[in-house]
Amino acid sequence: MVDDFDLVIVGAGPAGLEAARSASESGRRVAVIDDNPRPGGQIWRHDPTERPPRPLRQLLADLESCEAIRFFTGHRLVAFESGPTLVLESATRARRVRGQQLLLATGARELFLPFPGWTLPGVYGAGGLQALVKGGLPVAGRRVVLAGSGPLLLASAATLLRHGAHIEAIIEQAPTGDIARFLALLPRWPFQTATALALLRRLLRVPYWRGFWVAEARGREGLTEVVVTDGQMERTLGCEALGTGYGLVPNIEAANLLGCKLTASRHPAVWVGRRGETSRPGIYAAGEITGIGGAGRARLQGALAGAAALGNLRQADRLFDRSRHAEAYARHLARHFQLGEPVRRLARPETVICRCENAALGQIPEIPSADSRALRLLTRIGMGPCQGRICLHALAEIRPEPFLPDWFARPRPPLFPARLETLAGSDDVTSPRSDVRSL
Amino acid sequence: MDSDLIVVGCGIVGASIALTAQKAGLRTRLIESRFPGAGVSAAGMGHLVALDGSELALSARALVLWRKILERDPERFEYRRTGTLWVAENDSDLADLAERHDRLRVVGVPCELRDAAGLAQEEPALARDLAGGLLLAGDGIVYPPKAVHEFLTHAVELGARIETGRRVTALLSDGVILEDERRLAGAVVIATGSAGSELLPELPLIPRKGHLVITETAPPLIRHQIVEAGYTQGLDAPGGLSIAMNVQPRPTGQLLIGSSRENGISDPLVSPDVTAAMMRRALRFLPGLNRLAITRIWTGLRPATPDGLPYIGRVPGRGAVWAAFGHEGLGITTAPATAELLVEQILGGRGLLDPAPYDPARCLQ
Repeated sequence: MVDDFDLVIVGAGPAGLEAARSASESGRRVAVIDDNPRPGGQIWRHDPTERPPRPLRQLLADLESCEAIRFFTGHRLVAFESGPTLVLESATRARRVRGQQLLLATGARELFLPFPGWTLPGVYGAGGLQALVKGGLPVAGRRVVLAGSGPLLLASAATLLRHGAHIEAIIEQAPTGDIARFLALLPRWPFQTATALALLRRLLRVPYWRGFWVAEARGREGLTEVVVTDGQMERTLGCEALGTGYGLVPNIEAANLLGCKLTASRHPAVWVGRRGETSRPGIYAAGEITGIGGAGRARLQGALAGAAALGNLRQADRLFDRSRHAEAYARHLARHFQLGEPVRRLARPETVICRCENAALGQIPEIPSADSRALRLLTRIGMGPCQGRICLHALAEIRPEPFLPDWFARPRPPLFPARLETLAGSDDVTSPRSDVRSL
Repeated sequence: MDSDLIVVGCGIVGASIALTAQKAGLRTRLIESRFPGAGVSAAGMGHLVALDGSELALSARALVLWRKILERDPERFEYRRTGTLWVAENDSDLADLAERHDRLRVVGVPCELRDAAGLAQEEPALARDLAGGLLLAGDGIVYPPKAVHEFLTHAVELGARIETGRRVTALLSDGVILEDERRLAGAVVIATGSAGSELLPELPLIPRKGHLVITETAPPLIRHQIVEAGYTQGLDAPGGLSIAMNVQPRPTGQLLIGSSRENGISDPLVSPDVTAAMMRRALRFLPGLNRLAITRIWTGLRPATPDGLPYIGRVPGRGAVWAAFGHEGLGITTAPATAELLVEQILGGRGLLDPAPYDPARCLQ
């Protein structure tokens, strides 16, 4: 059985929710799908100890009164059938939905750069650790280091601090000069400035090291200390948890599987036109999937694409100028948190790159001009349950040159491990949902 | 720069020929347009199987050769001797398996029939309403990309040369011209799998699309490669679709699930409908699959000839040009025997197998 809608939105983060609100004004039937049990996405992920952020409260209040909108939370998009019909899985069943129009707001995930010890228990993604803590992982009194690059480290630190963690330090690889230049021009974007100030106020007592990175994580059964360096001096920090992330990469997989054009960059985004349209008719994209630029940009793009998808072009065009200003913020962010050379050189030959297939860097032959598929077939990197979501992006940083052009060509379904029964066409399943390994 | 033999295409067949030729003292050069094993070889299951019917002679000989190859270092091929368990859904299928049993025995392929109870003992996960089965204990599995890599590495150690990422733009009666306009002289073998008829349009080739599905790693469900009795290499109507259960336990703990066959279809897209039909068929035989998750689905094109047998031999009217393609879904199994048969002919000798059934002249158009 297939549920039909005028518009199906994938992702209930800032972009997806704004798109839903914008579309709700038309009164047409809209579905919003999200893997998480509650709307909000990554940035507004529910924290039971805190009131939801104001923009989320406002959005949900607006959407609640709207009968034409149906939420499928706790539903993961796993595959497409012809139409495209979206195949969803929840903890207990499969479902099929179809939209006249499709809007992808699948957000972003963290970029990991492997270093010795990064697979030790106690090492998490910075955003992953934040999500775990919001979900109930106890950190009170525990010593935590956050390391990598970008504003996510600060957001994660603020959450952990509020849950009682002791933040030993935030280790930012960008040098002080870049951070200063980032902050100097930040007031051009009042929303982002307010967010940054609120975070910095909460983190006043936390050491913020610039131009440093974690070269190694150590411990026997679990993490006990990290080695921090700026390339000259080395310091050891004792800690029980490390959250690491070198920025974000767009979740392009669904769009890529549908054949939407991608941008030609190391970590491709989905190409969109000025009304949020992708290269495929009837398919729109908004938010981090079109390029990393934060929640403010995502909300504008969502509102714009949601209006455009249901034919409200005047509204879409009105939002376009504002979205261009937000676009400039994305460039500002990317410029000043650029990854330096040393953090790409941390992995040693024995460092695992692909965790699904347990493939170390030394096992991955350096074949210049080789097809990335050759590499995958021989080493199996990127062929495990996560389909290369982590290792291919890491490798694109470690060895950017030879593999770039076809890294993302010919994606294989399903998007996530899906129950065999679901793909056999059944909605009623007897098995529990498989969970994707993640950090 | 000249070679005795230029092998165009470095899949399992090309690499196998290069190795055999080099061993026989021919200076061999491989030309591969993408990377070794990029084509049909990469898409298949890697099932080493003694297939009954017209392919019996070639596959039986190949299994003898494989046994020798695998003696040295089976782990480099990720070899497992899983055997093949053919299963019969009903008595008529079982009668077919009994006939197959007799034919295989005649050519010396060890195999044993199983009744319903015996089948359940071999594989307790199989559905309880099956009639019986036929066990070929000598069959096995390899990981095809590794197999190509091994053959190629060995050939190169013996002196063979390889150029990858290089396309052949013209075929001459005594050599080839490459895309960079270099001319290479020597006898030529076309071993380009499903691209065989690009250089030899006079030899008809029908793409026969197949889907494969792989599961997540899970505790072992089965020990053998299990195939339903109705699985054949036979001919279907153009555009026809046939589905047959074929499940292989990988050394990684994953299960590889097939199979589909779509005649004359060459687009590489995964079809959800075909996948669903395959999954339903697999569930009919192995209900326990319902607990598993699928991580990847892909397709491949089997290069099929009109009579289901590969082209192995000299191409009439082409001078020193030889064909070695059209192996449909059996190239991994039959590559060593193909190489042996072809190199014998090139050297003007005569071996164990009768070359006549594979002579390209039979299909010339």
